[in-house]
Amino acid sequence: MFAYIGRNVEFALEQAGRVSEMIRSAFFWLIKSKLESQQTFLQGVRIGVASLGVTVLTSLFTGMVLALQSGTTAQSLFNEPVYVGVIVGFSLVRELGPVLTAFVVTGRAGAAITAEIGTMKVTEQVDALYTLGTDPIKYLVIPRYIACMVMLPLLTVFANFFGIFGGYLVSVKGLGVSSYTYISDVRTFLNVEDFMHGFLKSFLFAFVIATVCCYNGLHTKGGAEGVGKATTASVVTSMILILVVDYFASSILVSLGI
Amino acid sequence: MINVKNLKKSFEKNRVLKGVSISVDEGKVLSIIGSSGTGKSTFIKCIIGLLKPDSGEIIVDDKDITQISDDYELMELRKNFGYLFQEGALFDSMSVGENVAFGLKYLTKVPKSEYKKIVAEKLALVGLVGIENMRPSELSGGMKKRVSLARVLAPSPKYILYDEPTSGLDPIRADSIGYLILDLKKKLNVTSIVITHDMSLAYKVSDKIAMLCGGNLVLHGTPKEFKTTKNAMVRQFVDGKREGPIKLVPTGIKTEGDDNI
Ligand SMILES: Nc1ncnc2c1ncn2[C@@H]1O[C@H](COP(=O)(O)OP(=O)(O)OP(=O)(O)O)[C@@H](O)[C@H]1O
Ligand SMILES: [Mg+2]
Repeated sequence: MFAYIGRNVEFALEQAGRVSEMIRSAFFWLIKSKLESQQTFLQGVRIGVASLGVTVLTSLFTGMVLALQSGTTAQSLFNEPVYVGVIVGFSLVRELGPVLTAFVVTGRAGAAITAEIGTMKVTEQVDALYTLGTDPIKYLVIPRYIACMVMLPLLTVFANFFGIFGGYLVSVKGLGVSSYTYISDVRTFLNVEDFMHGFLKSFLFAFVIATVCCYNGLHTKGGAEGVGKATTASVVTSMILILVVDYFASSILVSLGI
Repeated sequence: MINVKNLKKSFEKNRVLKGVSISVDEGKVLSIIGSSGTGKSTFIKCIIGLLKPDSGEIIVDDKDITQISDDYELMELRKNFGYLFQEGALFDSMSVGENVAFGLKYLTKVPKSEYKKIVAEKLALVGLVGIENMRPSELSGGMKKRVSLARVLAPSPKYILYDEPTSGLDPIRADSIGYLILDLKKKLNVTSIVITHDMSLAYKVSDKIAMLCGGNLVLHGTPKEFKTTKNAMVRQFVDGKREGPIKLVPTGIKTEGDDNI
């Protein structure tokens, strides 16, 4: 029993060591050499475009369902659908926008990152990068980090916008809230700190996704089956870590008054 | 010159290299032969730094590369090497032309305008013409291997490590690859290590041959010595006999007195 726990702790520590080695190496090449601008651009387009449609749909329906639930609850409590705009706005901008977008990006782009790097790893293409004078961290990992960290916050902005729009549709067309009330609710109660709160978290989530997915890709073993396993592991690990990081980051940000 | 001393490498419990010492002089060709799975690929991967040996020295141009820990310095050293992968390892997200040009960007100062010419030239060297825009997935096995070789040759490395350059090629192509290796040696003073199962290639191109078995060096000598030696293991391998001191067992390859050769 103790041996079992011991082995697992040991494994986790070893893993953590290798992850931090990858991050260290990424910083090293970021400072020491020129950025692979073409690769970075390509990844940015891929991650951004691949996830945009799903992000918009997810957030639109989330905003709609938020408005529906909060509106009908308020209706039964106060006989009037009050503060729908506030509830939709707050929950989206501070929590659901960043988290759901991060989930979408994990599923669309993160999985692809692991699958692609993992396939390159098992067919020795990663080693070939080494022998042809570039470093896989520099060529594969850094562009994906940058692409994730630029694109995820941008996508989150889209998600917030479309989520609030979805809430608007349901409130105004379905619940009979006046369009003026909804918009002024959103505008007066949401302030810059709320946006900062969500924005900062989406940076962290992007970092988590890039780290997990690149790491799993680079450490893929055992052919096609290994690539499949690594991809699944990436998605599951990223999602759990996003929720964990979300809690701790939120509590720190809240205590700082953001 | 490359001088490897007492190289040891294990994968977990699997002791692959048990202390191998082999050297190649400047501008010479060394062939490495030995049964499948004895660690030939592992050996040259250690030399180029794709694998970290457990112990031993790898001295290239008077520097022990196992002692260098700075990523940047290692990268600079690696720039002198070309490495032909056993399975080709072409980048499947790029065209053939982009594959062959890849090393030029990172390993040389050749201006971009010259790439096209060099790519065509190197492809012609391995007998391929006009396939720059094809994808690796559209090529036959042998063509992949040759494109991969062209990619190795493009940056004109000083040292080339070939992992089975002729496997999967027809005998005529294989012969011309042999001439190519000799040509590089003569014209550009390239130092090569060639892993091969093809004895006629080994005899043709080598200044020295080394035979590995069970993670140990069996014989390190000239092609002439290999042709005349009475060493039973070398004889069995070179003459391709089922019976002899090297036993094929279902799980892998075992040798009598494995550890004390
Ligand atoms: N990355 C690795 N992880 C674990 N074991 C490995 C790894 N690479 C090689 N091995 C093991 O090391 C041994 C030697 O492998 P290697 O590829 O060096 O053989 P080889 O002599 O090149 O064989 P072949 O002629 O078939 O190419 C094999 O038993 C193999 O299972
Ligand atoms: Mg091999």
